[in-house]
Amino acid sequence: MLRYALKRLGSLLISLIVASLVIFACIEVVPGDPASFMLGINAQPDTVAALREELGLNAALHERYFSWVTGLVSGDMGTSYTYRSPVAEIVAERLVISLPLALYALTLTVLIAFPVGVLAATRRGSLTDVSVMGATQLGVAIPNFWFAMLMVLVFAINLRWFSAGGFPGWEAGLFPAMKALTLPAVALALPQASILARVMRSSLLDTLGEDYIRTARAKGLTTRQTLWRHALRNALIPVLTIIGLQFSFLMAGAIIIENVFFLPGLGRLVFQAISQRDLIVVESVVMLLVFAVIVVNFLVDLAYAWVDPRLRARV
Amino acid sequence: MKKTLTLTTALALMAGSAWAAKTDVTIGVQLEPPHLDPTSAAAGAIDSVVYSNVFEGLTRFGPDGSVGPGLAESWEISEDGLTYTFKLRAGVKFHDGTDFEASDVVFSLDRARADDSTNAQKALFDGIDMVEAVDATTVKVTLKNRQGNFLFNMAWGDAVIVAPESIEDIKTNPVGTGAFTFTDWKQGDSITISRNPEYWGTPASLEKATFKFISEPTAAFGAMMAGDVDAFYSYPAPENLVQFEADPRFKVLSGNTEGETILAINNKMEPFNDVRVRKAVSMAIDRQAIIDGAMFGYGTPIGTHFAPHNPDYVDLTDLSPYDPAAAKALLAEAGYPDGFETTLKLPPPSYARRGGEIIAAQLREIGIKTEISNLEWAQWLEQAFRGYDYGLTIVSHTEPMDIGIYARPEYYFQYDNADFQALIDKLSVENDPAMRSDILKEAQNVIANDYVNGYLFQLALTSVVDAKLNGIWENAPTQAIDLTGVSWSE
Repeated sequence: MLRYALKRLGSLLISLIVASLVIFACIEVVPGDPASFMLGINAQPDTVAALREELGLNAALHERYFSWVTGLVSGDMGTSYTYRSPVAEIVAERLVISLPLALYALTLTVLIAFPVGVLAATRRGSLTDVSVMGATQLGVAIPNFWFAMLMVLVFAINLRWFSAGGFPGWEAGLFPAMKALTLPAVALALPQASILARVMRSSLLDTLGEDYIRTARAKGLTTRQTLWRHALRNALIPVLTIIGLQFSFLMAGAIIIENVFFLPGLGRLVFQAISQRDLIVVESVVMLLVFAVIVVNFLVDLAYAWVDPRLRARV
Repeated sequence: MKKTLTLTTALALMAGSAWAAKTDVTIGVQLEPPHLDPTSAAAGAIDSVVYSNVFEGLTRFGPDGSVGPGLAESWEISEDGLTYTFKLRAGVKFHDGTDFEASDVVFSLDRARADDSTNAQKALFDGIDMVEAVDATTVKVTLKNRQGNFLFNMAWGDAVIVAPESIEDIKTNPVGTGAFTFTDWKQGDSITISRNPEYWGTPASLEKATFKFISEPTAAFGAMMAGDVDAFYSYPAPENLVQFEADPRFKVLSGNTEGETILAINNKMEPFNDVRVRKAVSMAIDRQAIIDGAMFGYGTPIGTHFAPHNPDYVDLTDLSPYDPAAAKALLAEAGYPDGFETTLKLPPPSYARRGGEIIAAQLREIGIKTEISNLEWAQWLEQAFRGYDYGLTIVSHTEPMDIGIYARPEYYFQYDNADFQALIDKLSVENDPAMRSDILKEAQNVIANDYVNGYLFQLALTSVVDAKLNGIWENAPTQAIDLTGVSWSE
């Protein structure tokens, strides 16, 4: 198990280094100068030059790459061009919304998808199964921002149970904060739950057809016991893969939902930073997201080994 | 029983708080300021939050765009027009408790025009030769030449007075002299300002004001409808305005901005260096169709680069009436009977993106084929503005009284006319209001007759406001949401 973990860790590090190079290269070649953007169309050339100097934009490319990477390793992400405050602080402020939102949405996803998927698989071909398949098909097809707008219309504008968006901050208390994240989390979870339920169902159906299930039944276990002890655990591998991907998606891909609910999350930060050419923020946030995705994949790899002992032996 | 009682009390409490007169306001705005120093960035979003609320200048803009006294209660202009002696208000304090004195004015103006200044409108201060503190409440500004609009320049957000004691942290903790003090900034979400009890003038009626940043049009609609915001300044979705107008809970304010929206033409590029081609382009444009199609009917047609609500405005729309046949004839005369191809580069605002599609269709009528590309602002600045790499583009010039940009041959539309430049030189040293008015009118005529750009419409400002909220500026003489006079009725 240790060797397996170390090997995974090694590939994690290489991925990170490659990612940092690619990100830096891609973002630095984007046309547009942050200083001119900030000063607008009436600025005089000497003013722009003064600001470029102040922002440290005149250093050579490789110098800026190394100072960025060494900064990252020591936890210093540099100073935002536009906000003029430390990137780490800005990111941390956004992360306390994006991370809980992703976890909230993922929890809802799992809570919906598991029972629904299991139910559909165990009653294959029944009316329940058909309606679950229909409903999840719809769930996958509906764009989440459209669903979000619909929920705002019903729950915020007509019923006035929720705010149409915004975030009061965690200092306002757990309940108001979670309440503000509820509609966005539901909007994010719906399509993900639909996908996961379908994966759960088909994966479980596959395992239920395996020889060892028949053997288990033959040796006298009830359907329920076979399901819980043998089928579910074996069906989990593809499900885990999907959950890992979904978490990454929810972290990095919540941008549209953040815009619909005007939540100050990471996605909106990147979006703003790109249009303002706040390159250092874009680089650092994208790097952070890559890091998160790679770590999640690493954890999923470890989880595989945990649910499937054969994987440990194979390395 | 006890339970019922608690419930009733709770309900009564909730209702009670709803009845009490409101003293706070939440205002939705589209853009978040990058930081809060109005003297070192062009972002209008900074002025929206801090102008007049937190920071004040020597002079200030009123809701109608007139320039009145700010921190200077009066001034004297010397006979030769070169020396301005400002009498400052006494007893004014900055929010951090330090006194506002003449030395702060010297510091602010010297900082803005210094070599390493990062002031986005440094040109406003170009004419200043020297700034001296005569005594604690008197400042003398000496100009290099006579300057007709010096008091106007000093009213800009870029010319507000800051203090040396608090300059270090101004970007995150602005300390000014205004009726509101900066309280909190939840980045990405909102900025809160609170009433300044020590304010030198009439204290604000509001105790607290929050600016909430909502850029997505549908989110703006939701926030307004759900009561999350009390007003939405410069509402981003004109298609919903009819619905708000019909709803008694809201009122829709429709006013003017200083934004002349133009189809800018690259005057040095073939074939646009021929005035007949530029005239043809102007006459191919149906302004009302663009206002109706892209702006849902909000906007005033213009025929030159000047704001229609300004008393000196001359209506020159008749110089370029919509006449595709005449336009086609002009093109033929210039040697392009079959038209030509050019680029149309569009920055992000909806006036450009929506208007661009309509203009492209209108130009096609007379044979001009445009290749549309949508650019972000940063790209637009690099390609079109600094690189002159465009044929046509659409921009709203929101700076007030900016006809002077036509006197700068290197400015992105590259209009180079010595007569016009002489005219602007004359204007800049003219103090007499009647003479200034004549010069301004002539200047408008010159650029309209040269068909420098296609003049489309004056950008409207449409805000949605709670019906009980009073005092929100209807017009935008500068990018400001001045809350000093805002209050709730009842």
